[in-house]
Amino acid sequence: MEAVKQELKEKIISVLNLEDVNPEDIKDTDPLFGAGLGLDSIDALELIVMLDKDYGIKLLDPKEGKAIFESIETMAKYISENRTK
Amino acid sequence: MADKNSFIQSWCTIQNNKINLNGETIFESEPTIGFADFAKAAYRNFGWSYPKFFKMDSLSKLAFIAAELLLKDETTNETETDIALVFSNKSSSMDTDVTFQESIATKENYYPSPAVFVYTLPNICMGEISIRHNLKSENSFFIFEKFNPGFLSNYTDVLLSTNRAEKVLCAWVDFYKETYRANFYLVNSTEGLEHNETTIKTLFNT
Amino acid sequence: MNQGVAITGMGIISAIGNTVEENFTALTNNKVGISTIDNIVTIHSDSIKVGEIKKTNEALVAELGLPADNNFSRTAMLGAIAAKQAVKNAGITDINEYKTGLISSTSVGGMDMTERYYYEYFKNSSILKYVESHDGGDSSQKIADTLGITGIVSTISTACSSAANAIMLGARLIKAGKLDRVIVGGTDALAKFTINGFKTLMILSDTDNTPFDNERKGLNLGEAAAYLVLESDEVVRKEGKKVLAYVSGYGNANDAYHQTASSENGDGAFLAMQKAMKVAGLGVDDIDYINAHGTATPNNDLSEGRAIIRMFGNKAPDFSSTKPFTGHTLAAAAAIEAVYSVLSLQNNVIFPNLNFKTPMSEFDLLPQTSLKHKPIQHVLSNSFGFGGNCSTLIFSKSE
Repeated sequence: MEAVKQELKEKIISVLNLEDVNPEDIKDTDPLFGAGLGLDSIDALELIVMLDKDYGIKLLDPKEGKAIFESIETMAKYISENRTK
Repeated sequence: MADKNSFIQSWCTIQNNKINLNGETIFESEPTIGFADFAKAAYRNFGWSYPKFFKMDSLSKLAFIAAELLLKDETTNETETDIALVFSNKSSSMDTDVTFQESIATKENYYPSPAVFVYTLPNICMGEISIRHNLKSENSFFIFEKFNPGFLSNYTDVLLSTNRAEKVLCAWVDFYKETYRANFYLVNSTEGLEHNETTIKTLFNT
Repeated sequence: MNQGVAITGMGIISAIGNTVEENFTALTNNKVGISTIDNIVTIHSDSIKVGEIKKTNEALVAELGLPADNNFSRTAMLGAIAAKQAVKNAGITDINEYKTGLISSTSVGGMDMTERYYYEYFKNSSILKYVESHDGGDSSQKIADTLGITGIVSTISTACSSAANAIMLGARLIKAGKLDRVIVGGTDALAKFTINGFKTLMILSDTDNTPFDNERKGLNLGEAAAYLVLESDEVVRKEGKKVLAYVSGYGNANDAYHQTASSENGDGAFLAMQKAMKVAGLGVDDIDYINAHGTATPNNDLSEGRAIIRMFGNKAPDFSSTKPFTGHTLAAAAAIEAVYSVLSLQNNVIFPNLNFKTPMSEFDLLPQTSLKHKPIQHVLSNSFGFGGNCSTLIFSKSE
């Protein structure tokens, strides 16, 4: 789980082009959207692609993403439970 | 028609990793480095803080840098400014179109990126500038074979003389496969260089 | 009010018909053009519906009488067909008798051919010709050549508001006396590029699109082309032209919010409507019908609805989106909806907003869901594009 969290932080920074953000800046429970990292709706869609590409998880409704992408913690949990690769 | 005079108050060119503002070179990088690194170096050099910059495609970054230099003292976050945008180029959003096309071209590696797709329209760069500078004014994007000062100056004069905008930011902004050029100039109706086809051609050496 | 610029001809090809008359018949008889996709092979064919023109490229080539070695993209062919109709409808025999221009819009350009041959370009020299027709400007030039126009030819690309901006620019060029006559409109063909792109944005519906419905799931893409002929008052007078309607108002504003999403309160949409009303010299009570952008994405309809309420208060005029008939035809949308707006004025009829069942929870706006006959003097038509580009046109009766 810890490994997944670290991996996610690195991936998010690279996939979403978060220049000037380091993995250690992102706390496991920080909100990713809104005030937190300031991600927007396109970033959410990009995370959906990442789930598919890297973990074999397909989300069909963008609304499902809301709870999953709340924080690194919730993402890591969801991925650990649902990954197919 | 053009009963109002119009003037170019400032202008900016970016090409070959060199930025010129009002005729002076204000920043340059080694011609050998790629545009992404050049753009990042320029961003750092001017001390900007706008993390969204790094999410933009090359066309938007190019437009953003030029607009930032010309509009920095013109706009504020608090109030809207009435500056119309009249942009043009030849390659439309081709550079990003190709990136997106490659992501859907084969079944084996089919992961189209929404963040890439949103930039597959040339006018997205005007949207980025409008967001950054809080501009809700008129904007239009034209596709031409080459930089067309005659068309742009006519269109700009119509916008100013019919009071559709207080100022007009005109641009040729073209980017394809590391070859790029930005010609930006800001037109007002009070002071500056006389705004006409000849002046534009002289300033941008076309 | 201001009279505006005369429309003397129009032409259209869309999923609901190959002529203006066919489109009108479809709109008044609930004949929709949304179907599964036939002409493009895509992995999404089972999960999307589209507003497709059921003519193959070969059929379009034959219709235009093009030589075998032509390099017309589908976008250019659809555009040429619609523009030819418009010129004929305006009774023009000598296109260059007056100072005439073409302002055409497209967002897809020659993408339909490029994506088909993407990997073949290097192997097969016979298809290299399509490289040259990839540019957005190529379709405009081909349409101009088909019509024999020697004057100004310009291409506008501002996403889904493109054609509205083409009409606006054309009207201004006439008003400013730069042109006597201008053919304005837009064309976009379906392409895998846009299908996949909108799919990644998760705004494509797998059912028929349902604008302004609480349960709306997204849009259906469509393809179409439409053109209007605008002429100066002097040409109209000299030639004794029949005026179909007037372009009386136009406005454009940027939403300055997000690359692809509209702002919560529809700032850009509101400003575009406000500017257009000002140019037309009309008040809120003068608008009889709004042909809404109404793409049926959750975001657009909420934002547009709020902008309509801001503009018109609690007495919004009758409004409907015609996209359940045609799909969202991107850069052509404002052009086909301009034709529909003129048809509405000519026939005193409001076209229904099909597929509507449940009112939206956020406000009390109810679209007109059945065909409605009433006197119509002024129609307002909205078109909003990615990049925050929002445009409004107002069309007014000719007499």
